[in-house]
Amino acid sequence: MDTQSLTYLFVGLSFALYIGIAIWSRAQSTNDFYIAGKGVKPVANGMATAADWMSAASFISMAGLIAFLGKDGSVYLMGWTGGYVLLALLLAPYLRKFGQYTVPDFIGTRYYSNAARLVAVICLIFVSFTYVAGQMRGVGIVFSRFLEVDINLGVVIGMCIVFFYAVLGGMKGITYTQVAQYCVLIFAYLVPAIFISILVTGNPVPQLGFGDTLVDSSTYLLDKLDQVTTDLGFNAYTENSKSKIDIFCITAALMFGTAGLPHVIVRFFTVPKVSDARKSAGYALIFIAILYSTAPAVSAFARVNFIDSVQNVEYQSSPEWFQNWEDIGLIAWKDKNEDGLIQYSAGNALEGTKPKFVEGEGNYGERLVSNDANQANNNEVYIDRDIMVLANPEIAQLPGWVIALVAAGALAAALSTAAGLLLVISASVSHDLLKKTFMPKITDKQELLYARCSAAVAILVAGLFGIYPPGFVAQVVAFAFGLAASTIFPALFLGIFYKRLNMQGAIAGMLSGLIFTSSYISYFKFINIEFNYAQHWFLGISPEGIGFIGMMINIVIALAVSSFYSKPPEHVYEMVDNIRRP
Amino acid sequence: MHKDYWRANLKILIILLSIWFLVSFGFGIIFSDFLDQYQIGGFKLGFWFAQQGSIYLFVVLIFIYVYLMNKLDKKYKDHNDEEDKH
Repeated sequence: MDTQSLTYLFVGLSFALYIGIAIWSRAQSTNDFYIAGKGVKPVANGMATAADWMSAASFISMAGLIAFLGKDGSVYLMGWTGGYVLLALLLAPYLRKFGQYTVPDFIGTRYYSNAARLVAVICLIFVSFTYVAGQMRGVGIVFSRFLEVDINLGVVIGMCIVFFYAVLGGMKGITYTQVAQYCVLIFAYLVPAIFISILVTGNPVPQLGFGDTLVDSSTYLLDKLDQVTTDLGFNAYTENSKSKIDIFCITAALMFGTAGLPHVIVRFFTVPKVSDARKSAGYALIFIAILYSTAPAVSAFARVNFIDSVQNVEYQSSPEWFQNWEDIGLIAWKDKNEDGLIQYSAGNALEGTKPKFVEGEGNYGERLVSNDANQANNNEVYIDRDIMVLANPEIAQLPGWVIALVAAGALAAALSTAAGLLLVISASVSHDLLKKTFMPKITDKQELLYARCSAAVAILVAGLFGIYPPGFVAQVVAFAFGLAASTIFPALFLGIFYKRLNMQGAIAGMLSGLIFTSSYISYFKFINIEFNYAQHWFLGISPEGIGFIGMMINIVIALAVSSFYSKPPEHVYEMVDNIRRP
Repeated sequence: MHKDYWRANLKILIILLSIWFLVSFGFGIIFSDFLDQYQIGGFKLGFWFAQQGSIYLFVVLIFIYVYLMNKLDKKYKDHNDEEDKH
């Protein structure tokens, strides 16, 4: 069978599996729909959390980003795993003890105020939609490259699948589908990584191969990478190029942001006991670490293989994957010195960075771009970093079934995260906005119906994001983590660890964190884009890392404002005492 | 009684979070360049902490926490039971 039929087969089988699970585990009550009836075992919850967490960004983009960032890429590795330590130690067990349905629920109850609940709902919806948009783009890329269907049709298919199991199954359906999706995605990530590790270093364990010597040589892989990258004018692979303070703040913003992401927190509401919440955070991090410790190895292999297979190769005899990705516009080649050879080095190949393709072919059959060549360097290759993981098996010339497997894995990663996000959006609308704020008289049955309707609406909106992708998807990731770190995390953390914090303090804190962080990011990402470099940044901190400062501001303002107003009422003290009890 | 439990809990948190900070922000970022002069296999030590070591240690930290808290829970639960008997 050829690669394409295999891909159809694998993707079709995995989709059938997800739908089957959804029918078997559909939700009967709001308790099932929001928190899976609190009946999920820690290991299953760990897997579901891992699939929920590892999105199209983790599966498709992260290794590619690190391949080009080198040591600076560590911010993602540490930031997106270290947050689980905070989650396990500071939030998960207490929020589980609290025992309600949503994150705004805790904030509304703890700060005895629907205004606080509303601020939390706004932050939650903003963070979650930002994230969903990225997943839908991932689904689109995979469909258009591997199944050669139109991107829009791909998004619609993805929407139908998610619609089916999220609306029908709620949290219960999503949980067991995510367990299956975790298995698919981790298998799909490890198989090519192991193959490539053997090819490059002869070591079957990617985490070790990463630090091993190259096949038929006594040079270490990382030493060769350092040498090749510096020869081509890049920063050495194992050295930082960003400033320490920026790396520190980005890592911190990602860690605290991770701990404050509602779709992850809510997973810990689904386990039977408080001790299970702790345990399942541990399992979740093991399952996540399997992928996250493999990713930097994949990055290093990909960078070496990529340079080896295109550098000074004639375009006409360049590998098939190079032209395949060029066909869908994620690779471009502009022959600056007109020698017909591909030259790759540091710097943007084209003016305006992104290629604008035009009709017609160049001297060697390459796609033409209307951009002028950037004469400041000799680099002739534009490559979208998102393609490295997907292209990796092709670059390493692995068999067709491995490529098909990667496509199914990438879809599993994107769909599982999208479903988790859509569920927290719908729960915050039906539970926090309708039931708890505007329509307190509705019955459990009606609330369940509203939950299903709002999930359906959320899927439609997410689908529109996928079909008409807002140009700012990449930029808004900073937004999602920055806001989670500067609004949701401190409100939860202080709510548990500082009894004296009252409603006024919490609201002032959340609002100041929200306003500071979002205006800083908007200023550099949308309003004055040309100023977006270190010289103009506050203390040299990039918009990606500013959420950490926003969090500090939130905490300081919350404590200061709180001291001017009276203590929270007695029942709040009792509630906090209760969640602190074993 | 619950005050003691909470204090013991906070002590565990402070110790484990200090280690958390040391291995990631310490070894992976602040002292990373200094550690890079040592090598394990093909890895410079600071680079290894930033891209591998910190992740493994995070997992270990959570399981130490699970173990310590379960022990603590049990101790105070037994205590409570004894009080009930009196």
